Amino acid sequence: MTKLLHGLSSVKGFVMLLWTNKMGRFGLIIFAVFAVIAIFAPFLHTVDPSATGSCENMLVPPCAQFWFGTDDLARDIWSQVIYGSRISLLVGFVAAGLTILVGTLVGIIAGFYGGKIEEVLMRIVDFFMMLPQLPLMIILAAVLGPSIWNIIFVVSVVSWPTTARVVRSQVLSIRERAFIEASRCIGASDSLLMFGEIFPNVVPIIFAQSVLIVTEAIYAEAVLAFLGLGDPTTVSWGMMLHFAFESGVMSRTPNWIVPPVASIVVLIIGFTFLGTAVSDVLKPGYRETRGL
Amino acid sequence: MALKGFAGFAIRKVGAACITVFAIVCANFVIFRLVPGDPLRMMFKDPRVSAEQMQLVRERFGLDKPLGEQFLHYLRELAHGNLGISFWQKRPALDVIADRVPQTLLLIVTALIIAVILGTILGAIAGWKMGTRTDSVILTIALSLYSIPAFCMGIILMLIFAFQLSIFPLGGISTAASGFTGFEYWKDVAWHMFLPALCVVFWYGGEYVLLTRSAMVDALGQDYIITARAKGLKESAILKNHALRNALLPVVTITGVNLAFAVAGIIEVETVFSWPGIGRLVYDAVMKRDYPVLQATFLVFAVAIVLANLVVDLIYGYIDPRIKVGGEE
Repeated sequence: MTKLLHGLSSVKGFVMLLWTNKMGRFGLIIFAVFAVIAIFAPFLHTVDPSATGSCENMLVPPCAQFWFGTDDLARDIWSQVIYGSRISLLVGFVAAGLTILVGTLVGIIAGFYGGKIEEVLMRIVDFFMMLPQLPLMIILAAVLGPSIWNIIFVVSVVSWPTTARVVRSQVLSIRERAFIEASRCIGASDSLLMFGEIFPNVVPIIFAQSVLIVTEAIYAEAVLAFLGLGDPTTVSWGMMLHFAFESGVMSRTPNWIVPPVASIVVLIIGFTFLGTAVSDVLKPGYRETRGL
Repeated sequence: MALKGFAGFAIRKVGAACITVFAIVCANFVIFRLVPGDPLRMMFKDPRVSAEQMQLVRERFGLDKPLGEQFLHYLRELAHGNLGISFWQKRPALDVIADRVPQTLLLIVTALIIAVILGTILGAIAGWKMGTRTDSVILTIALSLYSIPAFCMGIILMLIFAFQLSIFPLGGISTAASGFTGFEYWKDVAWHMFLPALCVVFWYGGEYVLLTRSAMVDALGQDYIITARAKGLKESAILKNHALRNALLPVVTITGVNLAFAVAGIIEVETVFSWPGIGRLVYDAVMKRDYPVLQATFLVFAVAIVLANLVVDLIYGYIDPRIKVGGEE
């Protein structure tokens, strides 16, 4: 399974493997659609999403010029939804990258060295896992101030411990295998053992974990923005909902609420299904039962 | 270990919980002081607030003292139940929170009971019929409901039932100035509670379906099920007395751990439906930049979770002797 993830050809192989799974296929399609939308946003009948318009263009219902109408500042809702996908995916992937980096490092070090180091690191992990995540993210975001990078930081702060714990338990079993002993005998250093020998073997579990964290980060960005902790200068789905709620006219403007809600829900369900599929296909014996 | 049995187990658990609470209290102090820049400047963004006035505020709240002294002061005040004064309401933050607790408990307890019962039943059915169409339908719906963020679910329900169909109120806990008393009043509250509770049931129930299903699948793979079948027991008897009973064990344990998860739902759902509980208070505090209340709600949530986990651990340790043995290694 590890070999599967080396190089580009193995990524293709892994995607093919996910394609054999019903939920995996569904998740991949949704992810692909949103990725295309995010990349080609400027070409999809959009205008500057944060550009405000004139008074007569405030809260117009959907029409040929504004496909989803406009909000109370006469901003084009269609453009906001399209550009919002960029923020969601950006936060999702950058936060997942940071989380995986820190979580994997802590997990490998704790699992490899054991003893006091492990004790201390795992106590910190346990403590973080005990804290209620959303309230912690809220106070951190409130104190740090509204910016998209603070949101990414806040999401990483609350999600690295899970990764660390998962990676550590995997490292504990790998550490005892014969090939580690063999490398040690020929004089491999600790860092070579950790990153040259153990790391490749935890890649599958990291991969499964990162899909989960991308999902969580997308959710976290949306909810923090909705609660008024987002960056008011960037356009995101959560921000749109926040403005709609604060405007006091949302009962009459479903065209303002439905698009961002639908986008959040579809993207998150897509990633959740993808996550379920990844952990399914990584289970030993999956390929055999499918006759692959 | 000198202490044996349940007493020793309980003392260790209580000790660990105390350490965690102390760590939370410290974290709560540190977060508001380790921020880059001046938190006071964040609070008083108005440029008309002069440097002298800022200095006065700093002295007034003891922020000019060394950190160690500030920390001791903070602990002393905390011990007296003083979590600061709300900027917004100008009264103790703890009082502000205490006013909101009953509404939150009413909503969450009602919704969780329904969610746990429905979720467990559906999850058990799915696990029992593993691999069939019933199973995959229940599983897909549960996974979707569980993954939809609670605030999105709330907005969807509000859009359909409050805006379009107008059969449920937009929010709040009771009709303002209705003059309802007694039964009429509670009927009104139930009517207001329907949508927020449904939202929590969907989302929390979805998780219970997933949990119970996997526990059920696990239990059905055990040897005692084969033994029961070999004895020629009826399927319903195997389901009730053998599979379900064992499947419920892990489901019960996870309830305590899941409270952190419930807290997130409470904040989102109460915000959407303007339900006057602690969750909505968090949103109001964010909007008003009411830092003392925000800090106090975090502390209350975190400590509540630690205590709830402790209670679950103790009950579980009392019921299941294996856990005590495991803890004494």
